[in-house]
Amino acid sequence: MSAPKDRWYDRDAGPVVRPYAVTKGRTMPASDSFVGLIDMVIAQDRPLLPAEARLNSEHRRLLAMCRHPGTVVDLASDAGLPVGVVRVLLSDLAAWGAVRVVQSPRGRVIDERLLKDVLDGLQAL
Amino acid sequence: MDYRPFDPAAVPVVPAALKILIAGGFGVGKTTLVGAVSEIRPLRTEEELSDRSIGIDDTTGVAAKTTTTVAMDFGRITLRTDLTLYLFGTPGQERFWFMWDELAYGAIGAVVLADTRRLSDCFAAIDYFEQRLIPFLIAVNHFDDAPGYTGDEIRDALDLDPGTPVVSCDARQRESVKQVLVSLVRHTIAANRSIRERASAG
Repeated sequence: MSAPKDRWYDRDAGPVVRPYAVTKGRTMPASDSFVGLIDMVIAQDRPLLPAEARLNSEHRRLLAMCRHPGTVVDLASDAGLPVGVVRVLLSDLAAWGAVRVVQSPRGRVIDERLLKDVLDGLQAL
Repeated sequence: MDYRPFDPAAVPVVPAALKILIAGGFGVGKTTLVGAVSEIRPLRTEEELSDRSIGIDDTTGVAAKTTTTVAMDFGRITLRTDLTLYLFGTPGQERFWFMWDELAYGAIGAVVLADTRRLSDCFAAIDYFEQRLIPFLIAVNHFDDAPGYTGDEIRDALDLDPGTPVVSCDARQRESVKQVLVSLVRHTIAANRSIRERASAG
């Protein structure tokens, strides 16, 4: 009898720890501040973390990645974590003052100069 | 006294990020389109269609496609060091519609990718963007065995507003996809202007 073909190994088998275990089961950010998919996240320079801050290893990993400004989706992609998990962890870090979140446009994009920059950029590709 | 002269170079520039949505029916080539222009491999979670989901995802006319995108599907184009454009493929199946609102929020606009063999697959996306006043265009993806129609025929079949552009494209070709995105951004600029003009005309 041949081995079953649908067996998964290593990365294909998925994470050893269930994704939302690192958020202690939370699927929504703690604060009401909504972190958008393409919001830019930047680590604060030498932040003074409050006493209640509890950074787990994933918090620390994201914090290290945020030394260069990056979007939420890029962070999730680079960290290999679901976007929902990353959002919860980032909202923790923002609440502790460890990162700054710069919002992407909300609602209709009406800044014509920005749109023309996009147009020029696309044409120059 | 701690005094340092202001040095603009020391202030980190926060790059701007914008997004465009890629919508359309199941198997129409959204992931292919994103992959044609993205500098990263489109990030996605694919799930093979099980027997159970065959009834939900009608694959008539797309016989060769065996997997479908069920989760995040995005690509990235760095236009300048301080300006990045993201492309988000919307989940094809209606059971993932809850994700659309967030994807659409703050988007420049949307590309509705169409297959002339199954034009009705676009109706849901067109309704969605029309209701929310999100600028969009129809990009007809060329499949070798698909019937060719003129832009006007497609406009009639989809009952589009006269201002909604219909363009043709090959979702596999970077240059073609680039032109689709250029058309969409131009359309958004024009749509914004006409809103402003209507507002000032009172």
